Amino acid sequence: MNEHSMVLKVDGISKRYGGLQALDQVSLDVRKGEVHAVVGENGAGKSTLMKILGGIVSKDAGAVTFHGERTEFAKPQDAMAAGISIIHQELSMLPHLNVIENVFMGRMERKNGVVPWKRLEEETRKALDRVGLDVNPHSILDTLSISHRQLIEIAKALSIDASLIIMDEPNSSLTESETEQLFDVIDGLKAQGISVIYVSHKIEEVIRISDRISVLRDGKYIGTIDHADATADKVIQMMVGRELLRERRETHEIGDVRLRVRGLTGERFQDVSFDLRKGEILGFSGLVGAGRSEVCRAIFGADAFTDGTIEFEGKQLYFHQPGEAIRHGIVMLQEDRKKLSLFMGLPISFNMSIATLPRLKTPSGTINYRKVSSVVEDFIDQLNIKLGSPEHPVSSLSGGNQQKTVLARWLATDPQILILDEPTHGVDVGAKAEIYQIIRKLAANGISIILISSELPEIITMSDRVVVMHEGRVTGILDPDRITEEDIMSCATGTVDESVHTALETT
Amino acid sequence: MSDLQTASPHGVKPPHSSREKDSLLTRIFQIKEIGVLGALVVLIVIMSFASPYFLRVENIFNVLRGMSTIGIMAIGITMVIITAGIDLSVGSLLAVSGMLMARLMYIGMPLGPALLLGMAIGTGLGAVDGFVITKLRVAPLIAGLGMLSMGRGLTVLFATGLKGAVASNIPVKSDVIDFIGSGYVGPVPFPVIEMVILVMVFTFFLKNTVLGRQIYAVGSNAEAARLSGVNVNRVLMFVYTINGALAAYAGIVQVGLLSTAATNAGTGAELDVVAAVVIGGTSLFGGEGTILGAIIGAAIMAIVRNAFVLLHLPSAAQTITIGAVIVVAVAVDNMRKHPGKA
Repeated sequence: MNEHSMVLKVDGISKRYGGLQALDQVSLDVRKGEVHAVVGENGAGKSTLMKILGGIVSKDAGAVTFHGERTEFAKPQDAMAAGISIIHQELSMLPHLNVIENVFMGRMERKNGVVPWKRLEEETRKALDRVGLDVNPHSILDTLSISHRQLIEIAKALSIDASLIIMDEPNSSLTESETEQLFDVIDGLKAQGISVIYVSHKIEEVIRISDRISVLRDGKYIGTIDHADATADKVIQMMVGRELLRERRETHEIGDVRLRVRGLTGERFQDVSFDLRKGEILGFSGLVGAGRSEVCRAIFGADAFTDGTIEFEGKQLYFHQPGEAIRHGIVMLQEDRKKLSLFMGLPISFNMSIATLPRLKTPSGTINYRKVSSVVEDFIDQLNIKLGSPEHPVSSLSGGNQQKTVLARWLATDPQILILDEPTHGVDVGAKAEIYQIIRKLAANGISIILISSELPEIITMSDRVVVMHEGRVTGILDPDRITEEDIMSCATGTVDESVHTALETT
Repeated sequence: MSDLQTASPHGVKPPHSSREKDSLLTRIFQIKEIGVLGALVVLIVIMSFASPYFLRVENIFNVLRGMSTIGIMAIGITMVIITAGIDLSVGSLLAVSGMLMARLMYIGMPLGPALLLGMAIGTGLGAVDGFVITKLRVAPLIAGLGMLSMGRGLTVLFATGLKGAVASNIPVKSDVIDFIGSGYVGPVPFPVIEMVILVMVFTFFLKNTVLGRQIYAVGSNAEAARLSGVNVNRVLMFVYTINGALAAYAGIVQVGLLSTAATNAGTGAELDVVAAVVIGGTSLFGGEGTILGAIIGAAIMAIVRNAFVLLHLPSAAQTITIGAVIVVAVAVDNMRKHPGKA
């Protein structure tokens, strides 16, 4: 390879977050005028790598060579000055300011203390022209579509003379035609000799747009393939690749349909249908943002939905408030423990009993603290929660014990349907195994469980059947014989072949 | 289910229960009001040396009577602040309730209905405040500011009528109202007894009812509360309505104390009330706090005021000291709760 054509060389980069090895000796290179895709499952280390290149986080080891020079970016401004520009997953623009202000954010010029608006407007127009966008530079960002905002981010990158543009999941919020427009712009960038690192997990699109594809898995570099050799199957194989886990739970008696969802449609999911049976563990797989949590939040009454029906034990029901769902025996353990579940400064016993309090009253209507503490003691023993005293604040517990505390809150309500959204996130290995045992035991006792998880091994070992979602739609409902990493990933990335679909029993 | 038996959840449990019983000393230091209670005791000890008059029964009851309206309103504001809210309108609600009652009695309405309508307007305006916060999604600070102004305006309107025909202060001649505001049971002023009863009732309510516990849940994490089945808006509506009712009752007490309803009654009281609550250890971020703490906070402020009178110190210094007490109390409380954080 011609040394001059090499823009970026990453050599043996490692990064550790606490106990998590986010990147382990990752190396790759980017050529001039190349679109280089970086793909991997959730948590493969893509975003961490991009943050290091953009000077947002520092690396623990390894070297970055940019235009033939060793570089150390201490802050994002350093990377920008060197000519690396990152377009983030979440658009990082200021919605209440206009296009000019956003393009020149952080480097607004002054002439005698005054902003030379005329000249900046001129330059903004030039930058917009390069991405083929025709909007008034004085428009407030808020009034523009997401795709326009995305293009403005690219225009901004161009206006600082970036020679390498990193796009982190650039099309996650774009429609198909907007994506086409983005691809045209990327082609234009290539023609101008600008290199692009394109981070995504949408395999088909990645294969279309990129010259080369590098795959990361569990923080490690797996390999790079050329456009000519790239097929969806091959890329998925590289992404998944790990030793296939086959210790599935032995199948057991599963009862009648308890929850029947048909055509459920909301802001972030369309036409979702599935059945949940008594004593079944129904896995929900898909990539982050596929709409799994949103579907379950709608069933739980936490969010509204616009269309479709939910039938519970043969009766059509829907809930305006989670409180109504809880009274009907449908509960949901939320993914974001700190934000959506825990009352941090309040005692462990309070955190455990809050959802059950209405049932733990004396005849006169006051709280029966004897009952409360017997319920609390009971779950501390049953779930093996390690604590000092139930009256200590829940913030004193480890992540795993906090999660068990929230689980206890829901089990205390005696649910019939238990929705678990990433129940083992941020939980140590020991607690994880215990949570798996608890889930299996609950299912054996006839509780129906929806298990949302981004960890494939978790889905595969735990589930009786798996619903796979992609971009708000169900792309597959897999029976036990089809629960494999390959089948799940091809449904999850939208590269599904029709045979994977299992037709719903017509009712 | 074979793996369930091999690694039963009890398998890893240590032989004795890991839950230790806290020692008596630890438990005393865990009493939430311990810090502010200590400050109160120190203050009392200092004052008893500084002025021989301070510990006399009449003086103690004077101090207590002087803080009773603030104390009654602090009960409501404690609950409001536990939900991570605030209400700056209590001084106005106090005034408008007392004034409406006085005006109605002045034009000949019997005591019973006038008292009820006086209570009703404060309670109703509290409910309006709750509605504005929960349904119209106006920040509590702004809703309270609006109500502060509207309540004061209504007070003047009730006092003077549309044409400004009646004097701004309306005298009230009623033995019952007088007793509520300035009566004595033995040596004990009746407003102090009312305050103590209300403190006990609402302390019991916060600790022993589902709604009381849900107030803490909403303040600690409103979204988690909703997802745990708490009807957050209903809790907030309740808290702001009760807060209005307590302010209205304080308004009746105030009228009884002075035998007059004044248009400027309770001006600035909202600041004293909020100060008492935060001195008492209730966090403005919500989720924690006790009514007892707020009462102790009110007592500290009342004793500081009393000290300046007894020691013949200038009143300007009194105002400055009160301000400093508020800031120091909260700073000390923060250091106690989060040691080591700069």
